[in-house]
Amino acid sequence: MSKSIEVAKEAIKKKCNPIEISDDFNQLQISISTNQILDVVDFIKNDEACEFRQITDIAGVDFPDRQKRFEVIYHFLSFKHNSRLRIKIIIGEDEIIPSITSIFPAANWFEREAFDMYGIQFKDHPDLRRILTDYGFEGYPLRKDFPLSGNVEIRYDEIDKKIIHEPVNLQQDFRSFDIQSPWERTNYLKEEKKNNE
Amino acid sequence: MAINTDIQETSPELERLKELYADKGFVVTSINNLINWARTGSLHWMTFGLACCAVEMMHVGTPRYDVERFGAAPRASPRHADVLIVAGTLTNKMASALRKAYDQMPEPRYVISMGSCANGGGYYHYSYSVVRGCDRIIPVDVYVPGCPPTAEGLLYGLLQLQKKIRREGNIKR
Repeated sequence: MSKSIEVAKEAIKKKCNPIEISDDFNQLQISISTNQILDVVDFIKNDEACEFRQITDIAGVDFPDRQKRFEVIYHFLSFKHNSRLRIKIIIGEDEIIPSITSIFPAANWFEREAFDMYGIQFKDHPDLRRILTDYGFEGYPLRKDFPLSGNVEIRYDEIDKKIIHEPVNLQQDFRSFDIQSPWERTNYLKEEKKNNE
Repeated sequence: MAINTDIQETSPELERLKELYADKGFVVTSINNLINWARTGSLHWMTFGLACCAVEMMHVGTPRYDVERFGAAPRASPRHADVLIVAGTLTNKMASALRKAYDQMPEPRYVISMGSCANGGGYYHYSYSVVRGCDRIIPVDVYVPGCPPTAEGLLYGLLQLQKKIRREGNIKR
């Protein structure tokens, strides 16, 4: 393990009081609670041992079985120490998480995307609108309970002369094939091979 | 490009005129054939590249396939274009923009749907955000299959469109 990661780990452990901290595979990872986020991000950006000056991504994850179903995951990069940091926060569906745009302006669109896809609310975000989905889109498509084909489909109406939205009506139902990988072949062939042996 | 005379029936008088003027450096044809020749020979295409198909569409314009030898040059504005090539995945959000571009094109206008996604949704057929075929938004003349189709494939589609125009084209459209 490189020394810079060790130093950063110790600094974060001492100052940020994380719930969990690990450095498996030379990748620093910490879990913190929602109200810590602003202090922690400010610290890891400006502290000499860390200097994670770039935000790479903000991701959301949905775990429908958990009581607090969402996880927000931040990725940071430190040019100076050539290392990366991952911050995980677990939040519930009705909770609100502070926006880090005041510290990292680049987080603006990442947070908008997390809001668009999962409906995660960011407090004090300057412009929390949808970013990728259609204008007037309803629902949060990356939640596990969102139907694959959505709820509406569109077509151009020759009489009204405009594009209209209609409930989804699939001409062919979704089919699930049992082919796992073209190299490993299908399940029934594998079983046949096993039986022959 | 040769003037196509085998489609329209010609009268005996016209045949005589043709023979009379052929040696003197004139060509005699019907106005319908002349207009179809002009239309097939200047199919300026509007670049509506939406995804990876757009790369193959670009290849068609480069010297290797050189679609300009058929008189088709890429135009950036729909108001200059005769044929709209929908190259790539058409999403719900893009659909109104596609319709707007199509509505701005002057008649006669033609549409080539290029690739699986534009033809019927393709790989994204069951997605919540993709139009299941661009013919839900605009009328399509020629469908080019493939994912993506090769540049030859698109070129063949363009030639098929020329054939279609020659077959059914008239002054009205």
